[in-house]
Amino acid sequence: MSDATTTTITEEQRAELRRHGILLTSLQELYNWGRSNSVWPLQFGLACCAIEMIAASMARFDIARFGSEVFRPSPRQADLLIVSGTVTKKMAPQVVRLWNQMPEPKYCIAMGACAISGGPFKQGYNVLKGIDRYIPVDVYVPGCPPRPEALLHGLMKLQEKIRAQPLAGPDAPRHLRADDPCVYPVPECGATDLEPPFNPEVWKPPTLVRDDA
Amino acid sequence: MRAVHDEFHGDLMEVSMGPHHPSTHGVFRMNVVLDGERIVKLKPVFGYLHRNHEKLGEGMTWLASMPFTDRLDYLCAMTNNWAYALAVERLTGLQPPERAEYIRVVLAELTRLLNHTCLAGFLLQDTGAMGTPLMYAFREREKILDLFEALSGSRMMCNYQRFGGCRVDVSPAWLAAARKVVDAYPRFLDEFEALVTGNEIVMARTQGVGRVAPELAVAAGVTGPMLRACGVDYDIRKVDGYGLYPRFHFRVPLGDHGDTYDRYMIRVLEMRESIGILKQAIDGIPDGPILDPKAKGRGLRPPAGEAYGRIEGPKGEIGFFLVSDGTPNPSRYRVRAPSFVNLTILEDMCLGHTVADAVVILGSIDIVLGEVDR
Ligand code: SF4
Repeated sequence: MSDATTTTITEEQRAELRRHGILLTSLQELYNWGRSNSVWPLQFGLACCAIEMIAASMARFDIARFGSEVFRPSPRQADLLIVSGTVTKKMAPQVVRLWNQMPEPKYCIAMGACAISGGPFKQGYNVLKGIDRYIPVDVYVPGCPPRPEALLHGLMKLQEKIRAQPLAGPDAPRHLRADDPCVYPVPECGATDLEPPFNPEVWKPPTLVRDDA
Repeated sequence: MRAVHDEFHGDLMEVSMGPHHPSTHGVFRMNVVLDGERIVKLKPVFGYLHRNHEKLGEGMTWLASMPFTDRLDYLCAMTNNWAYALAVERLTGLQPPERAEYIRVVLAELTRLLNHTCLAGFLLQDTGAMGTPLMYAFREREKILDLFEALSGSRMMCNYQRFGGCRVDVSPAWLAAARKVVDAYPRFLDEFEALVTGNEIVMARTQGVGRVAPELAVAAGVTGPMLRACGVDYDIRKVDGYGLYPRFHFRVPLGDHGDTYDRYMIRVLEMRESIGILKQAIDGIPDGPILDPKAKGRGLRPPAGEAYGRIEGPKGEIGFFLVSDGTPNPSRYRVRAPSFVNLTILEDMCLGHTVADAVVILGSIDIVLGEVDR
């Protein structure tokens, strides 16, 4: 068969076929559909936000509707890290280590002001000013704490993101490319701060230039 | 995990449980030394959630610390608020009006219901009953959170109490809704108890496990349901009648074994007493203002001096020790957290038991790491 015979099916034609019980799809769509509907979070709570995360999996909010009710106790069986709560500098190495132990493909939701930026405790010498300094965060869910609905919305955003991922090319996810690391350096407690203070691969702080300088 | 040699026990295994472990209630770590399955040594490691609460409190105005007390023990925001407000009121001499005192009692007892319900759910989760009891517990929690949300605008972090009163008034509709929740609560407790209290597995896993002698508990400064489970009759609502508690009729349940089962039962019985207090308080709430006319939030400068305000929180004695030097922020701000003090006897409770028991014992202490590490 030559290339001339292949035609592209439009969305309308596809919908028409679907009405007749014929499902035409691409491998990419099938793959992403399967993965986006079975995002299993790690059973991992850090502070107040964790209670709302638990509430999201309980009777009223029922995260099971999204295929994500299976909170795994081991990072090796999970593909979503919900960083729910304050990450202190004592805890940050453990968080990064857990992230490293999760198999690809994996995703991260930063839940609550603390995980995003240090939140109300930002001034504290021992509080990490955002987990995105060490691991790549896919979805930020703001709030203090975010309501369970907010977490569910974040989960839906993540699902949208997964469904839109191409399987090849430069925009493909980490695990399908050779150039991107899946394992990130674990910081260590140094004399005054974590060493390194952030991972330059993941976090690129803006350089502030003062006009009068 | 590593092997250690001990001249009395031979080869032992040292295992680090946590800080990420499904049963350590957050970011707590126990280093246990095991002889086979038995614990011969246990060392708790704290500090994974150290958020500088006390230090931040010293750099902020008096009122600005109020939302931070919510985040101390994030299951009991209302009672934390109250303990802090009480300390500041002692420092400044502000006197909440009667209506505000009633509202405080209602909210504190609702918080006790909330906390004990969640604890029961988590404790059962720790014994291995995955899901079901916690589902029931969180179903009830939502009902109380709805009340808190309607009143304060927030589910968990209410920031509701003020020095000399409360922030917003309760409406008759809110009181009716609260009354409905309270009236329905005994049915939930009956259902929950039918599921759990006489359950053979629960009894086997908790009776005689993690015994605490009353002398040890008193010496360690343990308070709250954990102390009363050992049979020590000490409830700050009775011995130091703060607020309007002397006006209400209620009893203080006591245990006599001091084991995990008693600690669970005490909480169930306390919830039933709380329901009684709630009914009295909701029915007796008078009309009137909710804030002392002299009260001011911003720009508060208490006279120089020091004060300690303590209340019977759901977990035990929660107190705030404050020192003022007449400036807009405290010169010393210190929290006496019940979770932290109760946790200090963990090793004594766990010695000789298995790792699986240690998990249940830890669950029965009822800790919240925000309060342990602060
Ligand atoms: S964002 Fe707020 S609720 Fe969440 S952990 Fe931080 S302080 Fe607690």
